[in-house]
Amino acid sequence: MYDVIIIGAGVAGTYIARELARYNLKLLLLDKENDVANQTTMANSAIIHAGYDAKAGYKKGKFNAPGNKMFDQVCDELDVLFKRCGSLVVGFDENDQRIIKELYENGVKNGVPDMRILDKKEVHEMEKNISDAICCALYAPTAGIISPFELAIALAENAVDNGVTLKLNTRVENIYRLEPGYKVVTNNGDFETRLVINCAGVFADEICNMVTKPNFEIKPRKGNYFILDKDMGDMVNHIIFQCPSDKGKGILIAPTVHGNLIVGPDSEFVTDKNDLATESEQLEYVKKTALLTSDKIQFNKVIRVFAGLRASSSTGDFVIEEVEGAKGFINVGGYESPGLSSIPAVAEYVVTIVKNTGLVDWVKNENFNPRRRPVVRFVELSKEEKIEKIKENSKFGQIVCRCETVTEAEIIDCIHRSAGATTVKGVKKRTRPGMGRCQGGFCGPRVQEILARELNKNIEDILYDGENSYVLTEQTK
Amino acid sequence: MDYEIVVIGGGPAGLAAAIEARKNGVQKILVVERDRELGGILQQCIHNGFGLHVFKEELTGPEYAERFINELKENNITYLLNAMVLEITQEKEVHIVSPNEGYLCIKAQAIILAMGCRERTAGAIAMPGTRPAGVYTAGTAQRFINMEGYMVGKKVVILGSGDIGLIMARRMTLEGAEVLAVAEILPFSGGLTRNIVQCLDDFNIPLYLSHTVTKVKGHNRVEGVTIAKVDENRRPIPGTEINYDCDTLLLSVGLIPENEVSKTVGLKIDPKTNGPIVNEVMETSSNGIFACGNVVHVHDLVDFVTEESRRAGRGAARYVQNQLDNSVIGFETIAGDGISYIVPQSVRIENVEANLDLFMRVRNIYHNVKLVVKSGDKVIKEKKKAHMAPGEMEHITLKKDELQQIDGSTLIIEVKEEG
Amino acid sequence: MEKEHELICIVCPMGCHLKVTKTDQGTIVVKGNTCKRGEQYGKNELTNPVRVLTTTVKIMGGSLHSLPVKTNQPIPKGLIFEAMKEINKVVVEAPVTVRDVIIKNILGTGADVVASRSMKK
Repeated sequence: MYDVIIIGAGVAGTYIARELARYNLKLLLLDKENDVANQTTMANSAIIHAGYDAKAGYKKGKFNAPGNKMFDQVCDELDVLFKRCGSLVVGFDENDQRIIKELYENGVKNGVPDMRILDKKEVHEMEKNISDAICCALYAPTAGIISPFELAIALAENAVDNGVTLKLNTRVENIYRLEPGYKVVTNNGDFETRLVINCAGVFADEICNMVTKPNFEIKPRKGNYFILDKDMGDMVNHIIFQCPSDKGKGILIAPTVHGNLIVGPDSEFVTDKNDLATESEQLEYVKKTALLTSDKIQFNKVIRVFAGLRASSSTGDFVIEEVEGAKGFINVGGYESPGLSSIPAVAEYVVTIVKNTGLVDWVKNENFNPRRRPVVRFVELSKEEKIEKIKENSKFGQIVCRCETVTEAEIIDCIHRSAGATTVKGVKKRTRPGMGRCQGGFCGPRVQEILARELNKNIEDILYDGENSYVLTEQTK
Repeated sequence: MDYEIVVIGGGPAGLAAAIEARKNGVQKILVVERDRELGGILQQCIHNGFGLHVFKEELTGPEYAERFINELKENNITYLLNAMVLEITQEKEVHIVSPNEGYLCIKAQAIILAMGCRERTAGAIAMPGTRPAGVYTAGTAQRFINMEGYMVGKKVVILGSGDIGLIMARRMTLEGAEVLAVAEILPFSGGLTRNIVQCLDDFNIPLYLSHTVTKVKGHNRVEGVTIAKVDENRRPIPGTEINYDCDTLLLSVGLIPENEVSKTVGLKIDPKTNGPIVNEVMETSSNGIFACGNVVHVHDLVDFVTEESRRAGRGAARYVQNQLDNSVIGFETIAGDGISYIVPQSVRIENVEANLDLFMRVRNIYHNVKLVVKSGDKVIKEKKKAHMAPGEMEHITLKKDELQQIDGSTLIIEVKEEG
Repeated sequence: MEKEHELICIVCPMGCHLKVTKTDQGTIVVKGNTCKRGEQYGKNELTNPVRVLTTTVKIMGGSLHSLPVKTNQPIPKGLIFEAMKEINKVVVEAPVTVRDVIIKNILGTGADVVASRSMKK
């Protein structure tokens, strides 16, 4: 019997799994996908919000700013790129000025440090390429940028290295109550457990409904994004939001941790929880709106468009609690923005809930190692370090991805780590071949070959991404 | 180890440039190739049609490449395989990594850039719909099928009528796939007419001009594609959709010169060609750094790449031998009405060997017009053209005596109606 | 009855627009061509259209899995798929030299299928 089963290996599930691994618990992390971080964690704005936006008095407001503070440490421990570049909410008129003032006051209530309201001169001194029509801004220096899926992958790896069992391709089909605990029925076997933590993203309501009558509903909201070439990555230095409206936090433009520019998202409710299709009209709207912030964004430098779903709850807030009448069943639902920003604090809170249930023995795991073996990012090494690395392992001299300068050694390493890559997309998420301007056109066949060799599989059995996402059909002859 | 000339890229451009430099007396030449063998993209272009200008016979891509590879070897020119150039500097240091050689920093007297081009992707054209497996650029599919020996799908729609897309329509048909349609957003094809005839018409594959993909369907693998007719602003017209059940979408939506290395040394890039600005000897904005082939502008025929690269090879040889006059300022070539770009962008008459070859693309389809070369108001040359299209590169040769007529700092070429 | 056929020549990338007419006497007249080969192409297209076939064969022990091949002269267009079947049956062993004959006189056309590159072991 497991102590805790965590359903969903996105950033919430992986973070909570790692936090629980600090205690001597038998832990199982499940995901229906064939890789961690394949759903909402894969496709979002990649921002660690400062915390002024989420309403005070809500869980979103409560956890965001404290969560934000904890990112330096966890990213250091796990060797995940994180940059506190700061954010600006820019205003164009008096109405925006009023909104910015409200945001500031809300931020103070939420405990957001060091915010300042900037006048026109100050904001234009900070950002040279923004529209002249911008007359004021809310500056929050603690906001940052991160790669959410790289964080989740690092969390999963560290969790597994600290004793968590990870089962992928494992879809929860039903949950039965036991006395005590639960039986989790999946396509990959049945598992008994004392506690369940539901981190199932857009499917969290369906998982919850397996043990109780419906008490919240996930209404997925789609957002469309553009990723632009690294040529455009330094056109802004901060995350730049327009003022929030009923449509969300406002279209943003921001540098990414890897030096691209991200532009998006819009916000539209959809009915299908698997609907990740980009929409031309919506992309057009994003583009038009973003150009108001800066007309210097060159949309002919787009290298990728994508859409992601927000797991919005009908309650309007995170649903983080032990379900009434279902002892030991804990929801982490409605986990939309600022979910990523809040997760370190939310995970701590969930650990307390688990402890307070009294359902498990609470003993510290003396062997817990918070540090992940560092990742070599060849492109960022100095010349001397590059020379050393190639001497150690000649595969560092084999550049597989030209656009992002990724070596064969890095790809092999990401395949053999715990919670390692098994698909072309899995390699792309971890070491970036295919993330660049050629989008895998050159390196795709090579990555596939390396995966087949390292996993001892036939090349035609290597998938691009999810189940049935085959790349090759058969040999030509 | 120092070299007189380092050539970056061992495809048709790099090979021709290196061989030509050797023939012009340069001893120490190094060719740096990132792939496992020389020849570049030609090795996957197994169709024929190469070499009619250079060899006066019709060769396949690998045959064309092999002739140059053999010549390179006969000339004992050094080359590195699996070797990637990370950066070049103003001092003409070339930083290379390779599994066999480690990290090399090579000092050159001249550098020739010959990195070729890459394909525009689904992302670059903001393809609407899902992002499943089964969407390939035509060149990636070509590599899988022709070199790795694997098929990429069974029912195929192709977006874009560039030459690689047309060639792949035939190739996949021959290998047993069903090619349902080729959609082209422009009202005319971007590929050579001969390829429409022998790759589409021969196999009854329909070509839909003024059509584009409006939706990719399928979560994991492509399950279908919707195309629709577009208006004059290239916007889809509702109600004109055609749905295809298919497992594959190939893209042949343009090629982009690959200038990542050029940017490390800050070369001036022509926004029209996306390649470095070059002069009469294919020298870039940085003295002693030359460029040729698809890294400068995308060609439709490899034969012209070869000729251009030989010019760069001779130019680099003359540079190394101090035979280039760098003291003079030449004239600029200006793309006038109907012309989208001209290469070279500047010319110093003093350095022109015998004739000056100017290459250009037109903006539109033209019938019975003329290309007019002017210096100020003075017409220097006219060339009648029965048919011109953006997909087919145009070329004008100016003789020495015609060049002497140029005064001022610019030369304009424009398209004019006949009469 | 004379009938004019409009064709686009595919002999070279020029893409000349041909007008090909079969006279009542049975002779074929080609107009619009700019070279001798264009004239021949025009005549062939009306009587017996031919194409050079390029494809690959499986190769064992080579640096790649596929060896590119071509017919060393054009074969009748109608035989292309049948020729593909024959070619797909063949497996060759490295090393191979360019122009090595892979299939002699394929389908009795007089054309040989030859290697279009060399490949080492």
